[in-house]
Amino acid sequence: MKLTVNGETHEVDVEDDMPLLWVLRDELRITGTKYGCGIAQCGACTVHMDGIAVRSCQLAAGDVSGEITTIEGLGTPTALHAVQEAWIDLQVAQCGYCQAGQIMQAASFLDLNPDPTHAQIDAAMSGNLCRCGSYPRIRDAVKSASSKLKRA
Amino acid sequence: MGRLKTIARRSFLIGSAAIAGGVVFGTYLYKREGTNPLLADLRAGETAITPYVKIDAQGITLITPRADVGQGAWSMQAHLIAEELDIDPATATLSSGPASAIYYNGVVGVEAMPIAATSDTLLAQTGRGAADVMGKLMGLHITGGSTTVPDLYDRLRMAGAVARETLIRAAMQQTGLPRDQLKTENGFVVLPDGLKIEYLDLAVLAADIEPIQDVTLREPSQWRYLTKPQKRTDVIAKSTGTQTYGIDMVMDGMVHATTRTNPALGGGLAGFDAEDARKMRGVQAVLQITGGIAVVADNTWRAFQAAQAVTCDWGPSPYIGNTSDQFAAVAASFREDHQDSQFKDDGDVVAALEGAELVEAEYRIPYLAHAPLEPMSVVVKMTDARLDIWTGTQIPRFVQANMAKLTGMDADNIHVHVLMSGGSFGRRLEDDYIAQAVEIAMQLPDTPIKMVWQREEDFTHDFPRPLAIARAKGAVRDGAVDTFDLAIAAPSVAESSLARLGQPAIGPDVAIVAGAWDQPFDIPNYRVTGYRTPAMVPVSSWRSVGASGNGFMHESFMDEMCHAAGVDPLAERLRLCWHEPSRKVLEAVGEMSDWGSELGANRGRGLAFTLAFGVPVAEVIEVTNTEDGIRIDKVFVAAEVGRVLDPVNFEAQVQGGVIFGLGHAMNCELTYEDGVAQQDNFHVYEGMRLYQTPEITVRGLENGDKLRGIGEPGVPPAAPALANAIFAATGKRIRELPLSKSVDFV
Repeated sequence: MKLTVNGETHEVDVEDDMPLLWVLRDELRITGTKYGCGIAQCGACTVHMDGIAVRSCQLAAGDVSGEITTIEGLGTPTALHAVQEAWIDLQVAQCGYCQAGQIMQAASFLDLNPDPTHAQIDAAMSGNLCRCGSYPRIRDAVKSASSKLKRA
Repeated sequence: MGRLKTIARRSFLIGSAAIAGGVVFGTYLYKREGTNPLLADLRAGETAITPYVKIDAQGITLITPRADVGQGAWSMQAHLIAEELDIDPATATLSSGPASAIYYNGVVGVEAMPIAATSDTLLAQTGRGAADVMGKLMGLHITGGSTTVPDLYDRLRMAGAVARETLIRAAMQQTGLPRDQLKTENGFVVLPDGLKIEYLDLAVLAADIEPIQDVTLREPSQWRYLTKPQKRTDVIAKSTGTQTYGIDMVMDGMVHATTRTNPALGGGLAGFDAEDARKMRGVQAVLQITGGIAVVADNTWRAFQAAQAVTCDWGPSPYIGNTSDQFAAVAASFREDHQDSQFKDDGDVVAALEGAELVEAEYRIPYLAHAPLEPMSVVVKMTDARLDIWTGTQIPRFVQANMAKLTGMDADNIHVHVLMSGGSFGRRLEDDYIAQAVEIAMQLPDTPIKMVWQREEDFTHDFPRPLAIARAKGAVRDGAVDTFDLAIAAPSVAESSLARLGQPAIGPDVAIVAGAWDQPFDIPNYRVTGYRTPAMVPVSSWRSVGASGNGFMHESFMDEMCHAAGVDPLAERLRLCWHEPSRKVLEAVGEMSDWGSELGANRGRGLAFTLAFGVPVAEVIEVTNTEDGIRIDKVFVAAEVGRVLDPVNFEAQVQGGVIFGLGHAMNCELTYEDGVAQQDNFHVYEGMRLYQTPEITVRGLENGDKLRGIGEPGVPPAAPALANAIFAATGKRIRELPLSKSVDFV
């Protein structure tokens, strides 16, 4: 089947029910997207399908119906997305393992709701688990990214 | 300077003769310099001036031998070296370096000794010296116990200074200029006329110079990075998906594997049927390993699927298998013949309790899983000549030794490449997952193998924080806490985990009473007794180790005693506290939280204090008892670390520690049935989520005379401060964790 990931089209030979996560990580070797729980409880595997955040551990390859963007496609160290800039300014990451998923979740959320309230941020980001406890900085970074995006 | 010079001679001289005068063999061996392990692998044009700095024409590599498990250790180590080397750490490459005795930890052994951090007696000093000797003799290349900064603060700055001074000497040779006309600036030696020579261009010359040991460290007033808000060296990579964790290693020809071992811990494998699994797409092999099976495939998910398709005949667990029986075993160990320690015995507790009106309580804490978000994973490749291991680990030399034993290979041919860890919380002090991958490699040589555990395998094969019970008795006199008798029973972490590292556990296990026996309070009659429960399921260190649960026991009872005495918990602790830096921490948190002010209906405020890893930490938590349950509103934390080297990461570590403590206190436990952990993923082991996260205000104090680490000390006071706040808001005293067994949280 064909998958478009970060603007590039790939031909992959996988079962329809292989989760997108493992197509990305092991077939395409795009490893920024992380495996954490495999049951949509942690959000570490969050990517975008046509700009909307989805848990790639629950999205079967055969059900992919749009363009996939991973953390590598959102922005790069030399061309950062506003959400990544905010994450770096506020030094959110500790171990950092959940942060690709957090950032993808935040980017999609802010795209739909550019000026969220505190409660909306909490609700949107609570499906993403951080074992290190970087939540206060995640909250601040989402707010900061929201202002950045409004200015842009 | 005297002390620093001594340190330099002890730890940094390279290629120089041994210091004379050692007459006792052990002392001689201790004082003799280790070989710089970087020298063995240098290529032409490279120089390694100290074991921490390597320079070639392409750039500068800083060796950061303490593992980064999220606490920012790589960045902090780089900043310590860079401060004295006079470079921007962002321009350097960081490397974990090889597993080597020279990267020994001289502080970590102290936590295993019954020495209060607040004690500076000769005995305490001798004990700390012995820990340093032990660390060096044993070559304890290990990360843990919040020791990275206390252990390496001097050593890494010296390493940077020695390298810088040696580069200046090289510039003197090249230019013929005297020392006093040369200075350095951000990676360059600067000549009087303003001309600059880049460090990189001096590397070849410097390689032939005996490293200059006579150096002076910068005064704190001259620091560019330390004590200023630092930019973590990994923050860009971790925000762009470009950080390579152990699970991310990719190699040509690599295959993907997973393992499934008996979920009934220690039960072993009686047999298995892999006929169906072997037919599944992409499966290359189903192998037997110790206690279970491994599947090798061309994709991790295919390996996961096939592993589930193998029918295994598991043996029964040899351990007490049910949590109710496990607690019964702990309860049964409050016996004289199980007494492990009584490091604290002030006044006369027995006499004071006789005839007094007793305050009595029993507390329980559960087993807890580490569950770092990166599941256990490792890449291995084994050939006839060598074994290479890429993973996140806190114990590279133990990995080397244990894998040498497993494979029969010479330890020198085993190369451990330490990668960034996606969390640990103590889990990566174990090497069980690495041994499994090596067992696969032994059956599949010459092939790079990436082994990844399913999350369920990770939860059910953890070495958890042990459960414990505390029994407390106390008495008040004249409106004051007068007698405080705390007995704690738990299985021993030291006994369990040291055995796996091939080390003996001698004497009492301090962890059974850590965070309780060593608290800086002058209670007239004050006793803390540890009882050792005979080993059950294997247990290990979990962020803040013994103090993680003992803080809850000690500080919940302290709150109960204050309540019984009718005194304010903050005022009473301040009255009882003899340790000035701890008093300041209590005063600070009182001021920050506006302690004593009116909160309003259905609200409550709780205080807890724990001194662990030498760091006094006080936390005040405010909660509201809503119709739907308890809401945690605010947390105030004051912590004393001697000097805050990076205010940004300091705050992040304290906040993270608080959230870790609160999340587990709220809703986490690991329970067993027939030796099988019943919580196998995050839906039943949730911790804290963003919507529950309170505002956490942090203040670092700098009144102590020693530098301390902050990765763990924020954890212990969080659970008791929360339980005490719930009592204040509801009148309900909860003596068992997780709190969700007794109250709901919103």
